[in-house]
Amino acid sequence: MQAWTDLVLILVILTNLALAGLSSFGTCVRVLAFQGVLLGLVTVGVQQGDLSLHTLVLVAGIVAIKGLVFPRLLLRAVREAGVRHEVEPFIGFATSLLIGTLALPLAMWLTSHLPRVGPAVPPLLIPTAFHAILIGLLLIVSRRKAVTQVLGYLALENGIFIFGVGLVRQATLLVEMGILLDVFVAVFVMGIAIFHISREFDHIDTDRLSLLKE
Amino acid sequence: MNTLLVVVGAGLIASGGLLALLASRWPRWATGIASGTTVLGCGLGLVPALRVLLGATGEEVRLRWSVPNGDFLVAMDALSAFFLVAIFSLCALAAIYGVEYLQTYRKHKSLGPPWFFFNMLVASMVLVVIARNAVLFLVAWEIMSLASFFLVTFEHEDEGVGRAGWTYLVATHLGTAFLLALFVLLGEGSGSMDFVGFGLAEHPVPRHASLLFVLAVVGFGTKAGFVPFHVWLPEAHPAAPSHVSAVMSGVMIKTGIYGLLRTLTFLGTPPAWWGWLLIAIGLVSGILGVLFALAQHDLKRLLAYHSVENIGIIALGVGVGLLGLSLQSAPMIVLGFGGGLLHVLNHACFKGLLFLGAGAVLHGAGTREIDHLGGLLRRMPWTGWTFLVGAAAISGLPPLNGFVSELLVYLGGLEGVRSASTSHMPILVSVVAGLALIGGLAMACFAKAFGIVFLGEPRSSKAANSHECGWCMRLPMVILAMACAAIGVLGPLMVRLLVPVIALVTGMPDEGVRATTASPCTILGAVVGASVALLLLTVGLVILRKWLLSGQTVSRTVTWDCGYAQPTPRMQYTASSFAQPLTRFFQAFLRPRISLVRPVDTFPASASLATHTDDVFREKVYSPVFRGVARVVSGLRWFQHGRVQIYVLYIALTLLALLLWKLD
Repeated sequence: MQAWTDLVLILVILTNLALAGLSSFGTCVRVLAFQGVLLGLVTVGVQQGDLSLHTLVLVAGIVAIKGLVFPRLLLRAVREAGVRHEVEPFIGFATSLLIGTLALPLAMWLTSHLPRVGPAVPPLLIPTAFHAILIGLLLIVSRRKAVTQVLGYLALENGIFIFGVGLVRQATLLVEMGILLDVFVAVFVMGIAIFHISREFDHIDTDRLSLLKE
Repeated sequence: MNTLLVVVGAGLIASGGLLALLASRWPRWATGIASGTTVLGCGLGLVPALRVLLGATGEEVRLRWSVPNGDFLVAMDALSAFFLVAIFSLCALAAIYGVEYLQTYRKHKSLGPPWFFFNMLVASMVLVVIARNAVLFLVAWEIMSLASFFLVTFEHEDEGVGRAGWTYLVATHLGTAFLLALFVLLGEGSGSMDFVGFGLAEHPVPRHASLLFVLAVVGFGTKAGFVPFHVWLPEAHPAAPSHVSAVMSGVMIKTGIYGLLRTLTFLGTPPAWWGWLLIAIGLVSGILGVLFALAQHDLKRLLAYHSVENIGIIALGVGVGLLGLSLQSAPMIVLGFGGGLLHVLNHACFKGLLFLGAGAVLHGAGTREIDHLGGLLRRMPWTGWTFLVGAAAISGLPPLNGFVSELLVYLGGLEGVRSASTSHMPILVSVVAGLALIGGLAMACFAKAFGIVFLGEPRSSKAANSHECGWCMRLPMVILAMACAAIGVLGPLMVRLLVPVIALVTGMPDEGVRATTASPCTILGAVVGASVALLLLTVGLVILRKWLLSGQTVSRTVTWDCGYAQPTPRMQYTASSFAQPLTRFFQAFLRPRISLVRPVDTFPASASLATHTDDVFREKVYSPVFRGVARVVSGLRWFQHGRVQIYVLYIALTLLALLLWKLD
């Protein structure tokens, strides 16, 4: 069981790296959808066998929302914005990938300095969570298009989710439902915002929104 | 029951304001509801306030209020009751006055908001003086500041008004910052934010107490208008509608005095330098206030500077009282605090009256420029004569009320000179001398204001076509004028009414205070008696003159008619020329900007003279400081560049730094 969970976590890290290095919105959204499915698996793996009904409902919810609903919404937003690729990011794709790789040891180092969460938590869980958060922040900071920033936000949210799975393994339903709702609203709002920004300004370059700073 | 009635009154006033806001679309209703509830609420509150002042107790009322450290705890003692009497009386009159005054604005402005903010201002002032919890006090204080800010900016289309509003907002919040520090320190000492705890806390170490005192002087002094914290006052008061100016100048700035006195009850025995500080502030405020008033051309601005002057007199009184406390001289304590407190009430009467009079002039003639007015006494007799009463009262002339309170402060100073040790002699002598100077200059200033505005010939068509106001505006002025006279004649009685208030502030027993007031009351009685006799004699002479002239034809002609073939209004003294000898004498302080085009040749074509006196503190102290702050802060503008990405980077880096910092 442990080995399977570790494998899933490694896959999450790889998807993170893919997010950092890919330029096509469509692919990124699909990678994120895959990551959503992986999160469901992580939740199962962390439970170590004793699967309750509520865990199953939670997993189904995660997979449905992160794996199906969000991607559909985002793909629609991408289609309507009429932009397919991230262009000229502040930090190039290769550099992003490099930073993403370096973020992994940083995440490991951070974890090693944190108090131990307990023997039952897989050792890779917390580093993966940190890594996802760092990648999310990286995407938000380094990309121009609003769509990528939404993706970064979702990656960051996934990281927090993994963190939550590791820390509160029981009675998570309420917390997780809260998080899912948050994200759902956030994506909804951002989707609408992107749509409207692109309609008003003919582009979704957030750096060119600096006119609004006054 | 007493406190509850006051709370109910304040609640009535506040809810009336809310209803007026909802009824904005129907100005008649908004006006009726707001002014009606204000008058009703003030009447409802005035009765228990008077009862408490006469010896009844005001119980504590505690309502549920879920604010951290806060408690809706109100109570009423003699000090609160005294200020409540002033607040309720003046606000009710101002509300009646406002009914007619605001009608002018009905065509192009909604009347709901000004009434809403007026009622909120009244209710919050009431709450300020009855609050017994620091958090509640600060909340009420803040509502009071904001409500008055919105009233000041009522005519915000005017650029000057907008600037005045911002000056006021900045000043009042800087003051509140000091108060916040004051109350946090007080609360830290006692472990609770209730006022009761502040008083019972074991006596703070002297240095700590002095820090608290300085915080209170700066924080409350900003609201009261002590020089050099007064800069907002001459901007904000003229900008507000006149009945609001009357309330702001008459009672709102007095909440600063109330706060200072309330804080003094927490701080134990004062060292002598507290008294010195307040006396110094009082002297500077009084003298500079009246000097700047002399140099003004705007009637309401002139009155606003007189508020600074009168706050100075109050500070002088409190300063003498404080010095008395540290020297343990009962007469100085009673006379100083008594004079200061009575001047609070008196200033509310005559400054309220004068601002209402100035409002009537603005209403009737359409301008506040003193040099455009003239000859209004014939056109607006009610306003003119009541203004004259107010002007005489503010100049400290017997038998009006200003004289009574100033006399008490004089006596306090003289008592100090007689009994105090030589080291305190200079400051006490300067109290007496300063008061005399202030009184003389105030008289000169009001001779100018009254003379130019109401006497002579109209200087513009506006003044010539001015009209008297209606009864809604006349009645409050008449009542206030009568109050000025009544307090003056009943001076000894008023002093007796103040006994419990003085006892509460100073911690002296009632009997001791009462015994000390006996001798000044005799003096007061004698002076008032003499001046009433003089007044009666004057009235007798007037009647005699009428009687002697009754059989003969008396013709009236224009003023300044002697020897001129063709007199014009431009031959008259102007406000500037009237005050010129004095302003010139004090040029070093006033620093007026004079632009003069001299007449040249035998037949000069044109000549002109314009003087403008800026506030020295505003121009020389605050402007450079704020410009410097703005320069430093604008240097940080690169930080705010509008890029979402970089903003998120700030957050991420901060989080990461915090995480790394907390790890090891």
